[in-house]
Amino acid sequence: MLKMVASRVIGSLGRFTASRTLRCPGYVCRNFAGSSALLSRTHINYGVKGDVAVIRINSPNSKVNTLDQELHSEFLEVMNEVWSSDQIRSVVLISSKPGCFIAGADINMLNACKTSQEVTQISQEAHRTFEKLEKSTKPIVAAISGSCLGGGLELAISCQYRIATKDKKTVLGSPEVLLGLLPGAGGTQRLPKMVGVPAAFDMMLTGRNIRADRAKKMGLVDQLVEPLGPGLKPPEERTIEYLEEVAITFAKGLADKKISPKRDKGLVEKLTSYAMSIPFVRQQIYRKVEEKVRKQTKGLYPAPLKIIDVVRTGIEQGNDAGYLSESQKFGELAMTKESKALMGLYHGQTLCKKNKFGAPQKEVQRLAILGAGLMGAGIAQVSVDKGLKTILKDATLGALGRGQQQVFKGLNDKVKKKAITSFERDSIFSNLTGQLDYQGFERADMVIEAVFEDLSLKHRVLKEVEAVIPDYCIFASNTSALPISEIATVSKRPEKVIGMHYFSPVDKMQLLEIITTDKTSKDTTASAVAVGLKQGKVIIVVKDGPGFYTTRCLAPMMSEVIRILQEGVDPKKLDSLTTSFGFPVGAATLVDEVGVDVAKHVAEDLGKTFGDRFAGGNIELLKQMVSRGFLGRKSGKGFYIYQEGVKSKNLNSDMDSILASLKLAPHPEVSSDEDIQYRLVTRFVNEAVLCLQEGILATPAEGDIGAVFGLGFPPCLGGPFRFVDLYGAQKIVDRLRKYEAAYGKQFTPCQLLLDHASSPNKRFYQ
Amino acid sequence: MTSFLTYTFKNLPSTSKWALISSIRPLSCSSQLRAAADVQTKSKKTLAKPSVRNIVVVDGVRTPFLLSGTSYKDLMPHDLARAALLGLLHQTSVPKDVVDYIIVGTVIQEVKTSNVAREAALGAGFSDKTPAHTVTMACISSNQAMTTGVGLIASGQCDVVVAGGIELMSDVPIRHSRKMRKMMLDLNKAKTLGQRLSLISKFRLNFLSPELPAVAEFSTSETMGHSADRLAAAFAVSRLEQDEYALRSHRLAKKAQEEGLLSDIVPFKVPGKDTVTQDNGIRPSSLEQMAKLKPAFIKPYGTVTAANSSFLTDGASAVLIMAEEKALAMGYKPKAYLRDFVYVSQDPKDQLLLGPTYATPKVLEKAGLTLNDIDAFEFHEAFSGQILANLKAMDSDWFAQNYMNRKAKVGVPPLEKFNNWGGSLSLGHPFGATGCRLVMAAANRLRKEGGQYGLVAACAAGGQVCPRSSIGASRKSFSWKQTHP
Repeated sequence: MLKMVASRVIGSLGRFTASRTLRCPGYVCRNFAGSSALLSRTHINYGVKGDVAVIRINSPNSKVNTLDQELHSEFLEVMNEVWSSDQIRSVVLISSKPGCFIAGADINMLNACKTSQEVTQISQEAHRTFEKLEKSTKPIVAAISGSCLGGGLELAISCQYRIATKDKKTVLGSPEVLLGLLPGAGGTQRLPKMVGVPAAFDMMLTGRNIRADRAKKMGLVDQLVEPLGPGLKPPEERTIEYLEEVAITFAKGLADKKISPKRDKGLVEKLTSYAMSIPFVRQQIYRKVEEKVRKQTKGLYPAPLKIIDVVRTGIEQGNDAGYLSESQKFGELAMTKESKALMGLYHGQTLCKKNKFGAPQKEVQRLAILGAGLMGAGIAQVSVDKGLKTILKDATLGALGRGQQQVFKGLNDKVKKKAITSFERDSIFSNLTGQLDYQGFERADMVIEAVFEDLSLKHRVLKEVEAVIPDYCIFASNTSALPISEIATVSKRPEKVIGMHYFSPVDKMQLLEIITTDKTSKDTTASAVAVGLKQGKVIIVVKDGPGFYTTRCLAPMMSEVIRILQEGVDPKKLDSLTTSFGFPVGAATLVDEVGVDVAKHVAEDLGKTFGDRFAGGNIELLKQMVSRGFLGRKSGKGFYIYQEGVKSKNLNSDMDSILASLKLAPHPEVSSDEDIQYRLVTRFVNEAVLCLQEGILATPAEGDIGAVFGLGFPPCLGGPFRFVDLYGAQKIVDRLRKYEAAYGKQFTPCQLLLDHASSPNKRFYQ
Repeated sequence: MTSFLTYTFKNLPSTSKWALISSIRPLSCSSQLRAAADVQTKSKKTLAKPSVRNIVVVDGVRTPFLLSGTSYKDLMPHDLARAALLGLLHQTSVPKDVVDYIIVGTVIQEVKTSNVAREAALGAGFSDKTPAHTVTMACISSNQAMTTGVGLIASGQCDVVVAGGIELMSDVPIRHSRKMRKMMLDLNKAKTLGQRLSLISKFRLNFLSPELPAVAEFSTSETMGHSADRLAAAFAVSRLEQDEYALRSHRLAKKAQEEGLLSDIVPFKVPGKDTVTQDNGIRPSSLEQMAKLKPAFIKPYGTVTAANSSFLTDGASAVLIMAEEKALAMGYKPKAYLRDFVYVSQDPKDQLLLGPTYATPKVLEKAGLTLNDIDAFEFHEAFSGQILANLKAMDSDWFAQNYMNRKAKVGVPPLEKFNNWGGSLSLGHPFGATGCRLVMAAANRLRKEGGQYGLVAACAAGGQVCPRSSIGASRKSFSWKQTHP
């Protein structure tokens, strides 16, 4: 099984979906047309209660409110009325949608801009409006329920007071950095003043979502409101109403000066703000943060550095300079390749969170998993916590026990992080049944096998299972390389057989690769996708074939890794070359993490099928490693030595003799650092494009998502297909030709790539 | 045991039927007599069931309910429970050896007397041959004690059961931390000086921080008052409404106290202190004064305050329950018949305190009665907000349809029949003991005010430090049949 640790390191990308309910990283894509101008105020409903104006935001035909130009202008219009009215003394700003305050600005609004100046103008427009709010003599209370992200947060922090529901759905954050942008509506200037420079940097540089209770502690919101249960109305409806009632009392209190909008600061906060008043301390902080950012991003992502720069300008040179710098840098960032790549990933991810096969005829409620190993237990964990009744079956009590413990530990870690309570953990864990026999399989809706990667074993298991499961039950195989159609040959009902390729660790890796054979029915696919979505996965659906999509792309790159090592490049050097290109994990480390035996297994299998194209490195290297017991992290030794509790990795000196015995002479003309990087990446990209050409992949978007979320392809490049678009197909073909000259067929560009190179207008994304 | 029971039933159907008919007869004819004598009495309706023994409450008593930390503060729980049992013995003059079984409810258990029922019974001089056990079901623990007794009598296991409840919130068990406990236990097992020293070397100062009894619902980590505040908000119960209701409770309790209606109280001579004769938490205030209080749980804008919540209380209660034929044979005039009861439970987070709403229609249907048939309602008042939320829920068709799977609402008990002699808000709420107080209040009111049926309901809700059982808001209610004088 392929064990990918990639996204452990690209943690920031993982947070694309950190908000479980809404996946809106501060920007929202609305695909419907805005309502016509006939109806005035389609986004805002405005009423007066006593002397308090209640402004309710409700973008039409959408689950979320988006800060687009229409909403902006309507809001400004209403505010002007409020300011000019003698009757009104204070304002409450609230959303009518229970799960969303404002999920962010409109991503299409930025995409439509051709120049950085246009984007800068959008930012400056927002600056003007929010400044008016900030300076409003009539206090404005933002009543926040649901996601308050990006532009939504920037709006909220321009108000005088913030009240939020203490609900899991209520999250605040500045996720712009995840799209390669910065908070462009005053966030870089107001956040540091509100929560302090260190906390503001943390929010803006990680893009993390902050839950309401934490926001209260940080000073980001002033009051919390508990969500209500059922009363005389549905809970969500009444909670919003209650939030409004509470907000109105605070708005009145603020207008009457009975309540002060100023917050009492704790001792630590006072000390921090004192320290921040010393220029020397500030300089140190900027320096430290910048160092850390450079180390983590390897200079590949421009947005974090610009954020630091803009914050610093505001603090050191005053508001005017700060806001100006913010809007300019915002415009510049929106035009960068990195930003386009990250936005592309966001779009792709949104697509891969939908079930394009429709609703399955029968919802899967009971799941059975065969094999309680790392994968099986991981699949069980992400299933039970979504309420699926899950059977975990293994052949021995010991293996089963380890699997059960893994699930428990995963849940318990969440308790330690306070994501769930110990009581929730216990009731979730009750969804899991561990057993050694097939009891209960007669009621299973889906069986996922995660037994060892051996075709005859898989055949045996399939036959055993089919003898006990009901007709409607789906059989899914979690394999990383064995073709599903071969597994299905022994099935009595191949239309119910499908591949579900999870990535390890299952609870961290977001990708699920679903593999359909020619015989797999559409309903079976719909079911598998539905289960995957329930498990919180980003899903690509690919056609069956050796290595499917992900393993197949990785294999030639791995072959190249071995060759590069044989050519005498030090594993540490290779790791640093790959990470500095944007891969979250170095190539040599990746082999260790995947497991040398697994890599060998896959390389042999696919090598046989694909022949020369997958050649390059000598598989003998992996074979010798396996025979010496250097299986990678799991055995304590691979290219590196792994010791419990020791963080720094040392090279495994026993590898020297193996490498020496298989040494190849490098070709100096293709062995510069840059060439080594491109030899790896172009083989990957070429194979990915070939997968699209052969119809293994249905869309380039799925190819990009699979590569980034499953294999750790550099997110700043947006995936192999986006990379071709942004970098230029011709340039890639040129590179391939150059390496082809040195090494031969392995680098021969595929036809589709050649097509794109020969007609520059051809693009994977329009 | 079980098979024996089944056997008895199967083989004696005719006998038991005959026995039942005879036991019903005196009841029905006396009802007719009463109907003739009292025009106010509603149409005769017997709730007797053909296959179940009639079960009666002979009488019940309670110690005065006191604010925690006052006169009872140096007692142990079994002392107070013993006082209630002695009071019951005195009041009913029941011979101790007639009592088949003793059950006492409690919530926060004193670890030294975990079966407080047994300790109290022995101390009160009951036969050491009379078994006793302790039950716990949060704030309906003594209801559970009574219904357990009902079960024992109905199944023919017993004829005479004493059921009671006790809570002493003046003292609660505060434990060493788990780490400290573990070290102490390990030290106990350590054999050599070396082992002991190595264990002691692991000691850290934070081991000494104590563990208090949980103030929050275990499953949700939410305190009761917090839940009550949210419940009040969910049903849009205002602060003023809550204060008004609390004031009503205190005023009615004061009136009942002054008129001597709280006749279930037995005086208790506290060792080393004066004799306590009455409840000390009844304090009618004014709405203006109550309005000054700050919210106790959801700060700063919540609506539940110290004045509209029940307070921490010490107290004990006990009732004598018998099979009807046994009571009559012994020459007792029972105060009430125990007819139907039902326990329900709901979501412990959002509906923790909504039990009465769910249970009332169920128990009425079970008994074949409607809300209009009931003459005395006794509902446990955990919080004003909780009572008012329940009343609003019972009055809502929407709630009945969407959450109770019923076609229509059950309706609201008329306030003039509702907790007329005060309630837990004013009299106090010793968690384990309140159930028996409610039953006796209903019985005594029916006798005093005239009426046939009483309904008792309680949410398993407590004051601010009630540790909740995992069943959450379960609740029960009784239908009462009042006997004629």
